[in-house]
Amino acid sequence: MATPVLDKADAAGQPEPGFADSPYITVTFRVRRFNPEVSAEATWEDFQLEIDPKERVLDGLHKIKWDLDGTLTFRRSCAHGICGSDAMRINGRNRLACKTLIKDINPEKPITVEPIKGLTVLKDLVVDMEPFFQAYRDVMPFLVTKETNEPTRERLQSVEDRARFDDTTKCILCAACTSSCPVFWNDGQYFGPAAIVNAHRFIFDSRDEAGEQRLEILNDRDGVWRCRTTFNCTDACPRGIEVTKAIQEVKRALITRRY
Amino acid sequence: MKIHKYDTVIVGAGGAGMRAAIESTKRSRTAVLTKLYPTRSHTGAAQGGMAAALANVEEDNWEWHTFDTVKGGDYLVDQDAAEILAKEAIDAVLDLEKMGLPFNRTPNGTIDQRRFGGHSRNHGEAPVRRACYAADRTGHMILQTLYQNCVKEGVEFFNEFYVLDQLITEVDGVKKSAGVVAYELATGEIHIFQAKAVIYASGGCGKFFRVTSNAHTLTGDGQAAVYRRGLPLEDMEFFQFHPTGIWRMGILLTEGARGEGGILRNKDGERFMEKYAPVMKDLASRDVVSRSIYTEIREGRGCGPEGDHVYLDLTHLPPEQLDAKLPDITEFARTYLGIEPYTDPIPIQPTAHYAMGGIPTNVEGEVLADNTTVVPGLYAAGEVACVSVHGANRLGTNSLLDINVFGRRAGIAAAEYSAKTDFVELPENPETLVVEQIERLRNSTGNERVATLRRELQETMDANVMVFRTEQTIKTAVEKIAELRERYKNVAIQDKGKRFNTDLLEAIELGNLLDLAEVMAVSALARKESRGGHYREDYPNRDDVNFMRHTMAYREVGADGSETVRLDYKPVVQTRYQPMERKY
Repeated sequence: MATPVLDKADAAGQPEPGFADSPYITVTFRVRRFNPEVSAEATWEDFQLEIDPKERVLDGLHKIKWDLDGTLTFRRSCAHGICGSDAMRINGRNRLACKTLIKDINPEKPITVEPIKGLTVLKDLVVDMEPFFQAYRDVMPFLVTKETNEPTRERLQSVEDRARFDDTTKCILCAACTSSCPVFWNDGQYFGPAAIVNAHRFIFDSRDEAGEQRLEILNDRDGVWRCRTTFNCTDACPRGIEVTKAIQEVKRALITRRY
Repeated sequence: MKIHKYDTVIVGAGGAGMRAAIESTKRSRTAVLTKLYPTRSHTGAAQGGMAAALANVEEDNWEWHTFDTVKGGDYLVDQDAAEILAKEAIDAVLDLEKMGLPFNRTPNGTIDQRRFGGHSRNHGEAPVRRACYAADRTGHMILQTLYQNCVKEGVEFFNEFYVLDQLITEVDGVKKSAGVVAYELATGEIHIFQAKAVIYASGGCGKFFRVTSNAHTLTGDGQAAVYRRGLPLEDMEFFQFHPTGIWRMGILLTEGARGEGGILRNKDGERFMEKYAPVMKDLASRDVVSRSIYTEIREGRGCGPEGDHVYLDLTHLPPEQLDAKLPDITEFARTYLGIEPYTDPIPIQPTAHYAMGGIPTNVEGEVLADNTTVVPGLYAAGEVACVSVHGANRLGTNSLLDINVFGRRAGIAAAEYSAKTDFVELPENPETLVVEQIERLRNSTGNERVATLRRELQETMDANVMVFRTEQTIKTAVEKIAELRERYKNVAIQDKGKRFNTDLLEAIELGNLLDLAEVMAVSALARKESRGGHYREDYPNRDDVNFMRHTMAYREVGADGSETVRLDYKPVVQTRYQPMERKY
């Protein structure tokens, strides 16, 4: 493999905006392949490609798919970290392929790309998302109010009350957190961090009136007490949500019944 | 092959599709078919806000909003539709709040509002705070809130189902919608959905440009499906170029950044928008700002070694304000450019953003077969549709509004229609067209690659039909597209399998983009004037005498099988406002 040439501007510690003049480097993508139409076994396959270090891992996967091997299969849509389609394990860490730049991982060694763990692999980097979304749906992820007459105007909410649950509104349901959780790997029945994050988003919303019900759901044996605070989920979240903290806040609310 | 029967089928699960689904599920047995998972839709990428004259922070009313929308669209807007949009905006926002949407709040606890391009007090006097928002994640919050409420209502989704064909049956001389044909990504199986009503809410087609804010999946599948069945597409020459895309990447940086006080600067540090729009300055409408940026670049005042971009300057805004109001776009600058927006200006360039044109509908979302005739059972809403509330140029924050107002209307109208009507018989062998298309691609031994053709298409679109157009550039595009369409017949794919064959679907999507690119270029060539997002350097003025009319493009198939685009025109609905010169 050719020695990567780092961007001159980067080497000088003064990043140039954009990727105008940066030289291409050769990198190896080591991708986990699986297609049950072809073989029951998953294998590693290496691809060498020329890429600008300021491009995304997703750009690298596209280069493979578009120019080298059209059978490589992965999900993607927005390509800038908003839609949550392309969570995958990159060099052993859960990340969004569209939010990970080549220069931010070591391009001198092969870049490993695998499907996220704990969900059944269907083909290459595509996993079965259904159990993940089922756990989400199970925590009543919607506003519940008990008033009989809907207000004419908006419900009022103070700036402070709105801020209380801001962090957990950022979730894009990419599953990076849940599929980084060792408890979830061992027991797929566990709700997992993402579902708890979305329960938190409503439990701590001052307008909502179903906090007790959601807490009871999470008090289940597969609920919030399974969390072992390993912080993998917080590290994995591409939106910077303090996932473990949110889970702890739900645990505390279960004990104190205050939220 | 499986056959399903539903009262109402919705194609697409972005904002418009899910807003429609919430209404239609309450009233009829509904299925939502989406080629992604619902929360992956590109509504989630919208940032800045949703317009509604709530008047929470300053005086405002829906009539001012109507006027701004009509003027913003350079008078090509159907004014009856714009009035509905502005009037129903208020309830649309309040409905979302009641569904749980976490809007930013004022110190009084009401929904906060901010400034946005083209939205003004009293017919252009000064910018007004009309955009209701949730930081710079308004689209994300709308998408999440609508999905949450779909879960609450038990909406039935078919995820990763690609709708590839619209079924039409002629009953007593009237063409009616009979259902759709879908391809299941996981298995490669074909599904027929027989439905009394079908609503297209499948989004835009921006992927025929290279520098675009659009997702990879925005390939105009809905527009292409109905167009191939002989139905018209309206105003396809009008495409919006958002002024502030991340340089070379096209990722959107919200106009809300300028609403919060951000300033555009050229290489001399000059606030150049003062020259082009003395009143609204950086908050002029998007077409005006994008042309101004390219004028600066062409006249040698662009930034960088190649002088090919300008700066969005946020450095004078307090970091706390950026963190609170613009957290996502500042993070994009850090992630993708390595720039710290607290201290450094962000390099930007216009990015292909939004299709003003689409499937023509009336204000109930009913699809039109010509200038006046409705196709019974067929509906459209959102970016796929053309009502037309955006005319020649959409105002920022009016698209999140559009999907909610007209998504809701289409959902109600379609469900009420299915409640009072019977199923239309399916055409014989309804799967034929799709099966042929798939088999041709799967068995092709041609030597053309999808990626190559798509790259060449995007390059020609960027070079020839972007912010500035002339007869010559458009003709170049028309010729290139014709060449690419010919070469597309020899396109081959590598993945021959059934399971998750995205190679096959990218080939189909390219076919859709090629069809729509042709419609766009042909429509643009015929419009010999400049209006809104369509700017002809050879015809720099608006021509209300000859072109105050909507373009209606039809696919014509000759006796020899050759395909051409036939153009017709439709009058603009004018109610309150006479066309005036457009100044900001």
